[in-house]
Amino acid sequence: MVERTPILNFFTHLILFVGFIFCVAPFAIVAIAASHNLKDVNDVPMSLLPGSDFWVNIKTAWTTADLGPKLLNSFIMAFGVAAGKVIISALTAFSIVYFRYPGRMLMFWLIFITLMLPLEVRIVPTYAVVANVLEPYQAIMDLTGLSWLIEKVSGVQVSLSLGLLNSYSGLILPLVATATGTFLYRQFFLTVPDELTEAARMDGAGALRFFVDILLPLSRNNMAALGTIMFLWAWNQYLWPLLITTDQSHAMAVTELKQLIPNVGGAPEWHIAMAGTLIVMLPPLIVVVLMQRWFVRGLIATEK
Amino acid sequence: MEKRVTFSKWTIGILFAVPQLFLIFTFFYWPAGQAVYWSLTLQQPWGGGNIWVGLDNFRSILSNASYWDSITASMIFAGISTGLAMTIALVLAALTDRQLAGSWLYRVVLIWPYGIAAPALALAFRFILAPEAGFMAVVNQAWPGFWDPGLDGADAMASIIIAFSWKYVGYNFIFFLAAFQAIPRSLIEAAAMDGSGVIRRFWDIQFPLITPTIFFLLVINITESFQDSFGIVDIMTAGGPANATNLMVYKIYSDGFKGLDYSGAAAQSIILMLLIIALTIVQFRFIERRVHYR
Repeated sequence: MVERTPILNFFTHLILFVGFIFCVAPFAIVAIAASHNLKDVNDVPMSLLPGSDFWVNIKTAWTTADLGPKLLNSFIMAFGVAAGKVIISALTAFSIVYFRYPGRMLMFWLIFITLMLPLEVRIVPTYAVVANVLEPYQAIMDLTGLSWLIEKVSGVQVSLSLGLLNSYSGLILPLVATATGTFLYRQFFLTVPDELTEAARMDGAGALRFFVDILLPLSRNNMAALGTIMFLWAWNQYLWPLLITTDQSHAMAVTELKQLIPNVGGAPEWHIAMAGTLIVMLPPLIVVVLMQRWFVRGLIATEK
Repeated sequence: MEKRVTFSKWTIGILFAVPQLFLIFTFFYWPAGQAVYWSLTLQQPWGGGNIWVGLDNFRSILSNASYWDSITASMIFAGISTGLAMTIALVLAALTDRQLAGSWLYRVVLIWPYGIAAPALALAFRFILAPEAGFMAVVNQAWPGFWDPGLDGADAMASIIIAFSWKYVGYNFIFFLAAFQAIPRSLIEAAAMDGSGVIRRFWDIQFPLITPTIFFLLVINITESFQDSFGIVDIMTAGGPANATNLMVYKIYSDGFKGLDYSGAAAQSIILMLLIIALTIVQFRFIERRVHYR
């Protein structure tokens, strides 16, 4: 940069190159192993020259783990979570930033606290809620005597029940219920000049008009960043889909990988396992490569 | 910071927040409250009501040696993988920030691992580190029995640490690089003019200026090592051998859903929640400093 440091430059290049190799090698090994046959993949050491069975293995992995519908499920879930976050966070941030109502700070903190506790640590009770999503409301009605009142008046016994296990909403909604995106929007809305709001109001625009026609178009960059991050995050979810989808028709691609682990005592079919791994890791990798700018931006912005 | 200009119809404003409030009530506050309730009662897995037991669940967990083993395993995992991932990322980011020819390549490629799902990379590493087929088999041929994550707890721990660190090097790299690039070039040029070398500049200027990022990443890495490790553990070791890699979240899952001990799992969740809240509070103390330097 500012001076000549040939020896240091040499070591810089050397270390960075080693880092590069360590970063790329697993990808390469997975791809190469996926191209071998059963015998070659178990050779010690495994040949680093690609074999010829790549497409055969991909096909076998695809059919063994039934990846077609599973990938579709993963896409639906990831899109659902990304879209839900992008929309709901924008609405909430607008409410928090642009209105003054009683209890606004309470609301702010209620939402903020959700950042602290990720789904993984409250997984057991969340599972119970999703098994019957109306249970909280039933309990509240029971506690407040509302269901007793209804039973007295109309003779109907209230028992609300709506199970979301094995459904897309059961997969998506709990993952949307955190504050990650809300604060991204909030920080951005706070930088939008007040003059813009004043001008819009002077021209007769109401809150809704201002939100749809001015604020949302301005937040396009934030939406792209948030959408990219949330898509990847949802695609990579594992524990939650594992619990919620007991039924094969709603299983995710990532959870299906477990079926490809070679059994102890069975044939060590690592070539099939690696082909499956390659298929599952490819979509997020493509998103990272194509959307790199938004990915980095979203990552840095959402973690504040 | 507050807006000077706002809209007066605040009923509309509340309506905007309603969807979010419904979601977090149903899927966040209710389950969190439920966890507290369960942890204080004895829940029958097949229904039939709860018995109030006070702090008994916590007492029985905390007097259980296998729970302390799980905590120890989580701490070892968090400590070593955070240290590895952060040190490697710091070195790579500092070197990339020197902006020699070709540094754009590293900037692009080094973040790829972070995009990969934990179970997918776990399966990849399970093959790479497999004692009989992958690359450690070569080592095993030279020294038979040197490496066997299926039997040796330390080897199993090492494999999940390697897999986790590989992913989080990319994550830390992004933040370190952003922090380095936020340092004004003029500062570094001025120091160079005063005759300080590259290494001196790193320790006396760049490193102190990125300490807020280091603290921030330290907390995030430790928190993530509690959560994101589940997929890696489940695919690579399933908590074994002999519970050597039975990390806290994995234990909650296996006690709650395999062992059907909801009350015990809830009490473990509460302990983990408190741990993460404590870490988050630490993080907020340092966030102030982080913003200050920007």
